[in-house]
Amino acid sequence: MTIVPARHTTPDLLIIGGGIHGCAAALFAAKRGMSVTVIEKDSVARHASGVNAGGVRRLGRDFAEVPISVRSMQIWHDIPDLLGEDCGFQIAPQIKLAENEDELASLRKRADDLAMLGFEHEVVLDRSRVRELLPAVADHVVGGLACLDDGFAQPFWTTTAFRRKAEHLGAVFVEGVRAERLVREAGDWIVATSAGSYRAPKVLISCGAWSGILAAQLDEPVPVHAIAPLMLVTSRLPAFCNAVVGATGRPLSFKQMPNGTVVIGGGRRGIAEPASNRSEILFSQLRLTADTAISLFPIMASATIIRTWSGIEGCMPDEIPVIGASRKHEGIFYSFGYSAHGFQLGPAVGELMAELASTGSTQTDLSKFSIDRFPSNQCQ
Amino acid sequence: MTRLKDVVIIGAGPAGMACAVEAAAKGLSTVVLDENPQPGGQVYRAIESASENRLRVLGHDYARGRELASEFRQSSGVDYHPGSTVWNIGPDRLVEFSRDGKSSAIRASHLVVATGAIERPCPLPGWTLPGVTTAGALQILLKTSGITYQDTVLTGSGPLLWLLAAQMVDAGSPPKAIVETVPRGRLFNALPELMTALGAREYLLKGMSMIRKVKRAGVRIHVGADDIAIEGSGAVSAIRFRSKGTEHRIATDAVALHQGVVPNQQVTRLLGCRHFWDDSQKCFRPKLSEDRETSCAHVYVAGDGGGIEGAKSAEMQGRLVGLAIAEKEGHGTDPRISELRLTLKREAHVRPFLEKLYAPSRQILHPDDATVICRCEEVTAGSVREAVTQGAPGPNQVKSFLRTGMGPCQGRICGLVVTSVISESGGKSPDDVDYYRIRPPLKPLPLAELADYSADIPGSRDTA
Amino acid sequence: MPKRIDPDTETVTFTFEGQIIRARPGDTVASALAASGIRHLRDSAVSGEPRGIFCMMGACFDCLVEVNGQPNRQACMTPVSQDLAVNRQNGGVEVKV
Repeated sequence: MTIVPARHTTPDLLIIGGGIHGCAAALFAAKRGMSVTVIEKDSVARHASGVNAGGVRRLGRDFAEVPISVRSMQIWHDIPDLLGEDCGFQIAPQIKLAENEDELASLRKRADDLAMLGFEHEVVLDRSRVRELLPAVADHVVGGLACLDDGFAQPFWTTTAFRRKAEHLGAVFVEGVRAERLVREAGDWIVATSAGSYRAPKVLISCGAWSGILAAQLDEPVPVHAIAPLMLVTSRLPAFCNAVVGATGRPLSFKQMPNGTVVIGGGRRGIAEPASNRSEILFSQLRLTADTAISLFPIMASATIIRTWSGIEGCMPDEIPVIGASRKHEGIFYSFGYSAHGFQLGPAVGELMAELASTGSTQTDLSKFSIDRFPSNQCQ
Repeated sequence: MTRLKDVVIIGAGPAGMACAVEAAAKGLSTVVLDENPQPGGQVYRAIESASENRLRVLGHDYARGRELASEFRQSSGVDYHPGSTVWNIGPDRLVEFSRDGKSSAIRASHLVVATGAIERPCPLPGWTLPGVTTAGALQILLKTSGITYQDTVLTGSGPLLWLLAAQMVDAGSPPKAIVETVPRGRLFNALPELMTALGAREYLLKGMSMIRKVKRAGVRIHVGADDIAIEGSGAVSAIRFRSKGTEHRIATDAVALHQGVVPNQQVTRLLGCRHFWDDSQKCFRPKLSEDRETSCAHVYVAGDGGGIEGAKSAEMQGRLVGLAIAEKEGHGTDPRISELRLTLKREAHVRPFLEKLYAPSRQILHPDDATVICRCEEVTAGSVREAVTQGAPGPNQVKSFLRTGMGPCQGRICGLVVTSVISESGGKSPDDVDYYRIRPPLKPLPLAELADYSADIPGSRDTA
Repeated sequence: MPKRIDPDTETVTFTFEGQIIRARPGDTVASALAASGIRHLRDSAVSGEPRGIFCMMGACFDCLVEVNGQPNRQACMTPVSQDLAVNRQNGGVEVKV
């Protein structure tokens, strides 16, 4: 077994996966003075991190994620200072529309529940306030729930900007290298890859849909499965919407980019083939997305689809990620299974993982994200 | 139920028509989907409706398309859908297409991609000005509408440039000038290939007679042209270039560009077929078996979409693929299969010579930093080079950085140039640089049409 | 300058930017406009520079026009028909909501 060249020999932390979570962890670990190597089987931001819809959203999160999401938003607001690039980040309202009174009632209840926990960032919008924010919205919409200073960013730009900054601070990125096996040896982990072996005392597994294979090898099987969320982008339209819009009763993520194109996604899925890196677009599914978009924004009836795409993402049965230290092995950390909403969490989780890897603990309660939360019969 | 057909052919040019005729004759259920209102593809465009006058001007090689078109029309087993735009091919060869503003789908046991060639992009300063077109565009205007431009300047290189010039002479509007970019000495370098080319000498003789005709008509010919720039404000007003060490400027309101044609890769890329860089043709081609099956089982390429070999070869390839599919489907081995293979080899003899002589010009392969290479998003060669130095290893990362290939043409026009610029600045072979990942829809699709789409397939509206 | 080589007459009319264009059966919107000497079909989406026909075979998408209110139609792939209303396409139009 060849051990790879000297500059890679025994970094303090080896990160498997060059998505936003791997890149952000690399940056924050490097800021803490750790030596870091990131190995990525394809190229940085190749999958979900580079091709997602770019929503930077606290709105509507699982309550377990809210504290991390709120912390992440603080980092997002300072992203140009952190990375030296603005990553296309813009503050914009995130709005979840209610198409009937029942939906509006459920949104009101959610805002109240969140307020009880001490979080005031989600606000209920009545009929007229929705129209102030979204003049092009369909007549039947009765209200909504909003985070007025959420936003969106360019995913590929953001992920590669984290990488560039991490590299600037000394982190080493190696692309085209696939981690195959982890073995414990003399207090270190030896990671056998498609191109030689890497050695490090600490390893962060953050390779999205592909993480489950490594976790299973480490005898921590976890029911992560690959999904392929579908997205489409239209040709340029005149400016009509500066918020990121979702719906309550049906899947949707809708936003107009500063250049006038409209990116629509949000929940409909194609076929993911993680073994070959391919994903198939299912237009029978995407047609429902088109239908939803037109019914909420009638102006979209004149839009033209230029491109559709999907990226391969890891999804958990309870749709919240696995974040934290291994329950069985010293020096192994996990961060994956973001279930198609991990982009906004990237900066805060990166900070957290760096803290965890460097100090061995964190103040943040991660018990809900534990890798052993699933009954073993789910993990077969 | 979604319709299942033995053979679905995309494109009704020579390859598509010939393939359909052979497959249907063997009793296979055969569907042809084609974007144009009439069969013929680009080479025989409007062949059924062209006037006698147009047939005369366009010449014998065009007129002979009539025979094939009528054979195609008379083939009773062919289900022909003109005006149909294929916008996706889903899992298991589900062909999704739009016709008259409505989308539907057909599943194919065998899929034949006969989508032909597109013109090689010719990025030059000023090439986006109105009045600048491809040479092929002028030929299409002549074929479909009998329109010709007077005082046009043709620039670039390749057989089509001379063919168009000869046709313009016959149409009574000879070009104002031909600005040919073939460097001096190229002919000498191509001589070794000439011996092989003599095996297909009728092509050479035809070529020489076209050139003679144009020269006899008194068209000014500038050879070895370089540093071409098109000038104008609002529309083209002149072309500037250097030839034999002298600067030239010709005032004109029409410039046509040509640097040869290249396979239209959109469908084979979408399907994930394996491609390779053909350094002689300076383009990517899908990897094909002897019977022209791609690396994706049951997907074939007939015609120039598999590599540039011309209309006559395209027709033979179409027949070959039709017969090969029939053989696979248990209709026996047709003796014509081996004949076609042999003839195709002989027809290919002229190619290496033409490819060497008419290799794309320096300016096209290595555009100046300031030249726009992505016409849709108006991205320059210089910004692509800068993205490479910032760490974009290939076309897909450049696309994410700069939006090249994200406009309505979906990378058709800039794709090869982007690969070649990255290859040059990153010091990697085009094979290593690779090409854009092509995503559906293959052509922009109205959102409302997708919303109304109701392919009766698993996962459709009933089950969602 | 464009000229027609066949002696037929124009029997189809449509409008471009309100101007009446005479066309022949078999023409596309692009070829009919070309024959009428109209070269500027749209303004580009990024810089607003004028664009016209380029490839005439549906590949380049430079001839995008608005046809009967539908934007992004390829003039070179749209057959002419009586009374089509074709307009130049530019990205700067304000949307009415």
